[in-house]
Amino acid sequence: MSFILVQTNPTKTPWHRLHLDPFLLLGSVLLTGAGLLILYSATGGNLSLVYKQLVRLGLAFVVMLALAQVHPRTLYRWSPFLYGAGIALLVAVLAIGDVGKGAQRWLDLGVIRFQPSEFVKIFTPMLLAWFLSRYPLPPSLSVTALSAFWILLPVVLIAKQPDLGTALLVLGSGCAVLFFAGISWRLLATLSAGAAAVLPLAWSFLRDYQKDRILMFLNPEADPLGRGYHTIQAKIAIGSGGLTGKGWLMGTQAHLDYLPEPHTDFIFAVLAEDFGLLGCLALLALYLAVIGRGLYLALANQDTFSRLLAGSLAFTLFIYVFVNIGMVVGILPVVGVPLPLVSYGGTSVVTLLASFGIMMSLSTHRKLVSS
Amino acid sequence: MSHTQATLPDLTLKPTAPLRLKDADREGRLFLNRILAAAGIIVGLSLVLIGRLVYLQVIGHDRYAMLARDNQVRIAPLVPTRGLIYDRRGIVLAENIPVYSLEIVPEQVPDLKATLAALSAIVELTPEEIEQFKQQLHRRKRFESIPVKLRLSELEVARLAVRRPFLRGVEIQARLIRHYPYGELVSHLVGYVGRINEQELKRLDLAEYRGTTHIGKVGVEQSYETLLHGHTGYAEIETNAAGRGLKVLQEPPPQSGADLYLSLDIELQKIAYDALGEHNGAVVAIDPQSGEVLALVSKPGFDPNPFVLGISQKDYQALLNSPERPLFDRALRGIYPPGSTIKPFVGLAGLHYGLINPHRRLYCPGFYQLPGVSHRYRDWRKGGHGGVDLKAAIVQSCDVYFYDLAHHLGIDRLHEFLSQFGFGRSSGIDLLGENPGILPSRKWKRQALGKTWYPGETVIAGIGQGYVKVTAVQLAKAVAVLANRGKIITPHVAAFERRPPHRELKRLFTDPAEGEVSTDPHHLDKIIDAMIGVVHSRSGTAWRISQGADYTIAGKTGTAQVFSVKQTQDHRNLKIKDKKLQDHALFIAFAPAEAPRIAVAVIAENAGHGGSEAAPVARQVIDYYLKHSQP
Repeated sequence: MSFILVQTNPTKTPWHRLHLDPFLLLGSVLLTGAGLLILYSATGGNLSLVYKQLVRLGLAFVVMLALAQVHPRTLYRWSPFLYGAGIALLVAVLAIGDVGKGAQRWLDLGVIRFQPSEFVKIFTPMLLAWFLSRYPLPPSLSVTALSAFWILLPVVLIAKQPDLGTALLVLGSGCAVLFFAGISWRLLATLSAGAAAVLPLAWSFLRDYQKDRILMFLNPEADPLGRGYHTIQAKIAIGSGGLTGKGWLMGTQAHLDYLPEPHTDFIFAVLAEDFGLLGCLALLALYLAVIGRGLYLALANQDTFSRLLAGSLAFTLFIYVFVNIGMVVGILPVVGVPLPLVSYGGTSVVTLLASFGIMMSLSTHRKLVSS
Repeated sequence: MSHTQATLPDLTLKPTAPLRLKDADREGRLFLNRILAAAGIIVGLSLVLIGRLVYLQVIGHDRYAMLARDNQVRIAPLVPTRGLIYDRRGIVLAENIPVYSLEIVPEQVPDLKATLAALSAIVELTPEEIEQFKQQLHRRKRFESIPVKLRLSELEVARLAVRRPFLRGVEIQARLIRHYPYGELVSHLVGYVGRINEQELKRLDLAEYRGTTHIGKVGVEQSYETLLHGHTGYAEIETNAAGRGLKVLQEPPPQSGADLYLSLDIELQKIAYDALGEHNGAVVAIDPQSGEVLALVSKPGFDPNPFVLGISQKDYQALLNSPERPLFDRALRGIYPPGSTIKPFVGLAGLHYGLINPHRRLYCPGFYQLPGVSHRYRDWRKGGHGGVDLKAAIVQSCDVYFYDLAHHLGIDRLHEFLSQFGFGRSSGIDLLGENPGILPSRKWKRQALGKTWYPGETVIAGIGQGYVKVTAVQLAKAVAVLANRGKIITPHVAAFERRPPHRELKRLFTDPAEGEVSTDPHHLDKIIDAMIGVVHSRSGTAWRISQGADYTIAGKTGTAQVFSVKQTQDHRNLKIKDKKLQDHALFIAFAPAEAPRIAVAVIAENAGHGGSEAAPVARQVIDYYLKHSQP
């Protein structure tokens, strides 16, 4: 076993020297900028909320730029420890965490209050990429089984808080690593079938409000003024937006308080009402461009760890987008997943831009390839 | 052929080594494949999202646009004006008076701080009022009017009106609140309105009460709530995205509540209230023909007006804890032993069942004993009344005669006959919360107390003591039935309603009759003759009130014992210091005896003798009514 230094990109651009990717950077600036615009409309012109979000975004961009400078080797070495620390924090949350809105998610360290489950969104794919890159690919059955254990451990801990949305995202990011590592389609199909079989069992573990949401997703008209209300009002907001929308700040559904959580999880409905189908397509195109760039960077990476991690992070971004928009347009049940980089809230923005930073780091440093 | 070949195992090409090594090329290809597969999944799922968006925003656009427009319509309730309450002559007992509140529309105010400072120089603003205003300021929209001070004095209104041109965004809002000009005089009867509480909210029709803040809590206000309230109208207002009203689409107007004319005569009410003097108690006067309630006094009353705007906890506690119990409706809910006022009815039962010959005399030695029992039931007159027939027994109120009669009737027959007069059940008056009283029977005692009946309890029931309990309204109804010569009526306080928009008077109770008491009219004549004797013969217990009367009164006194006296004591010789333990004074009467126009029941709590304390009250009431009403 020998280490060879190879150069990923023979032509060194200034961006490379800064360890930044201009496309990802531009994409994230455009997405967060659009987010602020929609947020201003969603909050009914509340500038103070927009400022607050702007400050958080500033912090998140700093995190992104900083992480981009970290060498992939460091990330590789730290992966198992970060994962271990993440699991420990999740256990701590269950033991001593704060209860907010009926769920234990926050850990209060006196100075800062944070959700460990957010970090785990990155630590889990990191560990998986680290773990799988140590074996020949595609992984053997026993390696796959162990990987499944590494994924399910944080997922179960997060689901117990209960935070179904984050648990799903962690599950998705972990499975994405396995998928990029090349587990056979047949195994993938078997696992999916197995998951479908376990679903009824999982139902009994869900909290009442989670069951409600799923039932309402299946039939929102059953209780139009009660639990199905949000879903229906969101559909009205989107549908009434039409092709070109009602115009910025002119959406009636959002401003007359018919939309639930218009500035957080349902912010896509505000966009759809104000800017119509064209606005939605534009935002979707922006997301797809960023995700595509992420996948391209992953492909250009030379070592297994970088490829798996970058591919997983890019794909996870799509899971975010699909789950959130799918929920708002009513083709998925309501789970608490924000619209990435657009929804109001600090923690998910930091995690997302951190993952951008990691992708930049992985593709702009000289690689250590073990062969 | 080639097909079968392909399925054959080709051992030479398969890697056989169990040790797997990293193969960079192979992994690279595999990864490329997976990236392409992921891209395919992403594109596929994105197309699903786009398809859904097209379905909602292009195909479903018209439908959802319409639903969104419906959401833009705000419905504002238009609260109806509550109907007024009048007495039988059209004197207002409950009215709506305007009060003025100071309100601010934030978006019209150039400088809120300066405006508030300017306002506090004109009207007195407490820190709580300013705090409340500021809280509302954050919650409401900028173009909505927010109250600053709820009740302005006339002086404050005038001062504000003068300076209003200089105070942009400041408004004086008038709204109507309920006012009861007669206060404590009719507090229990008319009742009051108060803020709708959570319990009431649960059972109310929310469409009718959207926007209504007050609801009838007791008395007529409560019993006739639906009629007085009217129907809520609503305005459909189209709003823009900010919620500001643009235009009114539809406006079914509210329908004011109906005015209510009571059969009550407020002057008579006042006479009755004052006639009770220092005593607490109840006076009920009924027109026996129609069942109209002419006076319904519960003394002491209370001032209902503080309840309208919300009485302070301190004042409410003071009313609740007052030993006089002013909040307690003695006429409708107070139950008392009827004492001797029950005797005419017991006598009638005796005649009805053929147990007594009206002319046969019974010797009254001053006490009564059940056969084989040593216990003596005492007569109120220590030496006894001597030989008395039915009339003398009623006129002089001989207890022994009725002890004996009740014993022979038995409690069940007594119960059956007396219940025809309405004892032991609600009178059916059109007010809520009536106490049905108690008319005991064997069955009642078994069910209510789980005990068997003793013969001695029948004996004292014959003079209206023991378990028997009546309300003033029940007594008045019973005496009205006597006055009617057996025709049973249901008393009622409401006479007419006047409904908008035509505002014609409509009689509410056209047929007050419930039926007839089943007995021979001759028996009734005998009893009424005896009751006339109570007032007009020299030996009558209420003889004093016949003085100066130019009409005939039929009546019966009652003195109800509040506490029992031991066999060895004579309570007439006891000096009872505690006023609460003194006897209740009762009197029932109707007049003129030949063609009765008024029937009265008086209960004066702890006042002493019925003849001396309660009967004069009835005389004043009857006097006034016969003099001032058309026959």
